[in-house]
Amino acid sequence: MPETAHSTYNDKVVRQFALVTVLWGIVGMAVGVLIAAQLAWPALNFDLPWLTYSRLRPLHTNAVIFAFGGCALFATSYHIVQRTCQVPLAFPKLAAFTFWGWQAVILLAAITLPLGITQSKEYAELEWPIDILITIVWVVYAIVFFGTIAQRKVKHIYVANWFFAAYVITVAVLHIVNNLAIPVSLTKSYVIYSGTVDAMVQWWYGHNAVGFFLTAGFLGIMYYFVPKQAGRPIYSYRLSVVHFWALISIYMWAGPHHLHYTALPDWAQSLGMVFSLVLLAPSWGGMINGIMTLSGAWHKLRSDPILKFLIVSLSFYGMSTFEGPMMSIKTVNALSHYTDWTIGHVHSGALGWVAFISIGAIYALIPKVFNRPAMYSSKLIDLHFWISTIGVVLYIASMWIAGVMQGLMWREVNQDGTLTYSFIESIARTYPYYIVRFAGGLLFLLGMFLMAFNIAKTIMPGRGAAAMKYETQAQAA
Amino acid sequence: MHSGWSIFIIVITLANVLACWWLLYWAKSKKKDNDSETTGHVWDEDLKEYNNPLPRWWLGLFNITIVFALVYLMLYPGLGNFKGILNWSQAGQYNTELETAEARYGEIFRAYASETVEVLAENPDALKSGHRLFINYCATCHGSDARGAPGFPNLRDNDWLYGNSPEAIKTSIIQGRNGIMPGWGAALGEDGVEEVAAYVKSLSGLPYRLDLAPEGKKKYMQFCAACHGTTGTGNQMLGAPNLADDIWLYRNDLESIKSIIANGAQGGMPAHGDLLSAERIHVLTAYIYALSNPSSADAGSKQQ
Repeated sequence: MPETAHSTYNDKVVRQFALVTVLWGIVGMAVGVLIAAQLAWPALNFDLPWLTYSRLRPLHTNAVIFAFGGCALFATSYHIVQRTCQVPLAFPKLAAFTFWGWQAVILLAAITLPLGITQSKEYAELEWPIDILITIVWVVYAIVFFGTIAQRKVKHIYVANWFFAAYVITVAVLHIVNNLAIPVSLTKSYVIYSGTVDAMVQWWYGHNAVGFFLTAGFLGIMYYFVPKQAGRPIYSYRLSVVHFWALISIYMWAGPHHLHYTALPDWAQSLGMVFSLVLLAPSWGGMINGIMTLSGAWHKLRSDPILKFLIVSLSFYGMSTFEGPMMSIKTVNALSHYTDWTIGHVHSGALGWVAFISIGAIYALIPKVFNRPAMYSSKLIDLHFWISTIGVVLYIASMWIAGVMQGLMWREVNQDGTLTYSFIESIARTYPYYIVRFAGGLLFLLGMFLMAFNIAKTIMPGRGAAAMKYETQAQAA
Repeated sequence: MHSGWSIFIIVITLANVLACWWLLYWAKSKKKDNDSETTGHVWDEDLKEYNNPLPRWWLGLFNITIVFALVYLMLYPGLGNFKGILNWSQAGQYNTELETAEARYGEIFRAYASETVEVLAENPDALKSGHRLFINYCATCHGSDARGAPGFPNLRDNDWLYGNSPEAIKTSIIQGRNGIMPGWGAALGEDGVEEVAAYVKSLSGLPYRLDLAPEGKKKYMQFCAACHGTTGTGNQMLGAPNLADDIWLYRNDLESIKSIIANGAQGGMPAHGDLLSAERIHVLTAYIYALSNPSSADAGSKQQ
C-alpha cells in the first residue's frame, strides 16, 4: 500500500470499537430476548434475584444504548473525524484510554445491575463511581474529538462532525446534571433532586439522551456513510444547516411529554408537547437529506445490501420521529402512556433506526479499517437485512397492537361507570403479542450472529476460498 | 411562579420558536444555486454537497407546526404564568370528568344507598356492580375469587378478623385496617418460641410436640392471651386472629408459626374512603357481605 494520508489514520481504536460494537450488540440484544421471553413465560426468571426482569431490563437498555450504540458512535466518529479532517486522531493515547475506559464502564454495569445496585433513574441507573468514570472517559473523548477537529487540514467542518460535536457536548451536560448525587457508600447514593423536580430533570435527561445520543450521534453516522456508500453528493447543504440548528434547539424542550397528566405543572407539560410537535420537521430534515441523496442512484439498492440497511434505517427514523410527536399530544398520550405502544415506539427507533444505521456503517467500515477489499459475503449481509427487517416489523406491529388494546381496555367502562377490565385481564390478553415480540427480537438477534460470523470471516487471515470470494465480489462491484 | 421566571420562560420559548422562522428565512434568502452544482467543498476524496432548496412540502409542514405551537400556547397554559385563553388546567379537566361521570352514573348508586346492605346482598344488579368494584379495587390482594393469599384474608370463608357486620366491613373498607402482631423473639428466647409454637399448634388440632406444649401454654397465657384470648379464639376488636380454628392468615407449618411469634407480622389494609364514593362503598360492602352470606336465610343474622 502506498504511503498516503490513509495509512497515517489511527484505525486501531476504530477497529477495537467496531468489533466490540458487534459483541455488545449480541450481549445486549440477547438480554433483551431473555426478558421478552420472561414477559411471555414468567418462570424464566428461575427465581434467581439477579435474573429477575427488574434487574435485567436496565442491563438490556444500558447494554444496547451505551455499549452497542456507544461503541458504534465511538468507532464511527473516530473513523469519520479523521477522514473528513484529513488528519489522524489527536492524542492517540487518550483515544486508546477512551476505548479501555468505556469497556470498563460496560463491565461495571454488567456486574452492578444484576446485583441490584442502581440509582433507579431510567437510562441513568449506574451508581456514582461509574458515573464519575463515564464523565472522565467522556471528557477525554471530547478532547480527542475536538482536538482532531482543531488540527483539520480541510477548512470547512463536515456536517457529520457538527452532529457528533453536538452529541459529545450535550451528552456530557446531560449526564453530569442528571447524576448529581450525594454518596452514602460505594454502592449507594441519593440524587440531589426530589419529587417533581427529580422527574423533570430525569426526563430532560432521558429525552435528550434520545435526541443527542440516539439521534444526533447517529445522524452523524448517516451523513458520512450514506453519501459514501451511495457515491452521491448530499442532497442539500442548507437543509442540513436548518435542520441541525432547529433539531438541537427544539429537542431540549421535549422532555416533559414523558410526564403528561402528572404533578408536573401544566405549563411545562404544554411546552413539552408543542416543542415535540415542532420537532417533526427538523427530524425529517435528516431523513430527507439522507434519502434524497440517493436520488439518481436508486438502482444501487438492488445490489448493495449495506445501502439497504442505511436507507431502511432512515425510513424507520422517519416513522418513529412521526410517531413520537403524535404520542406527545396529550389526548393521544392519555391512551398510549404506560402501554406497550411506548415499547414498540422505542424499538422502531432503537432497532429500525439506531441498530440498522450502525449495522450498515459497521459493514461499510470493517473492510476499510482491516484493509480488506470487501466483506466476506454480501449474500449474508442481505440475509441479515431481511431477517432483521422481519424481526423489527414483528416487534413493532405486535407492541403497537398490544399497546392500543391495553389503552382501550384500561379506559373501557360498564353501564354503571365501573371499569370493565381489571389490569390483570389486560395482561392476560397481551400474552400472544409478547410471544410475537419475542420471536421478532429473536430474529433480530440471529441477524447479529450472522454479522459476527461474516465479520470474523472477513478479518481472519485470508485463506484460499475467502480470498477468492473477495476477488469475485471486487469484480462484480 | 415568580414573575421573573415567568418572563424568562416566555422569552426563551418564543425566541426559540421564532428562531426557527428566522432559520427558514435565512435558508430562503440564500441565492438559489444551480441544482447541478455542489457547494465546492470536498471531504475525504469524494464527499460533496448539493445545495438544493428546502422541499416546499417540508417547509409547509414546519410552518404548520410552528403556527400550531403558537396558537396552542395562546389557548392553553404554557407561556409562564399565562393561563391561556381557554383557562384549561388538568385539575379542571379531571374535575369536569368526575362531574360528568357522577351525572351519568351517580343515580345508579344513589338508588342503592337507601337500601340496607342485607337487602342489597340479595340484589343481583347491585352485586354485579359490587363485583366490578371488587375486581378493580380489591382483587389485587384478595384475589379475583376473593379467596385471598398468605397475609391477605380470604373473604369467603366466614372467618373474620374484624367482624362481618355491614358496619365492620364498611369500616374496614373506608378506614383500612392495621393488624399488628408484635415480635416476641427477644422476650421468649429460642426455646420459648418453640414451646409457644407447639401450644399454638395444639389449639387448632395440628400435630404438635407434647413435651413442649405445657410450658408453651404458660408462656402463651403470659404473652399472647391478652389479644388472642385465653382459649385462642382471637379478638375482633383488635383484629387478633382466631388460633383455634383451621383457618390461617399466614402459613401453618411450624417454621412459619415460629417466625411470626419471633418476628411479628403486620397486616395493612389500605383506606379506600377517599378513593370511592360512600354509595359505591355501600354497594361494595354488600358484595363482600354476600360472599359469606350467600342465602337469604342467613342474611343479617350471623355474628361470629
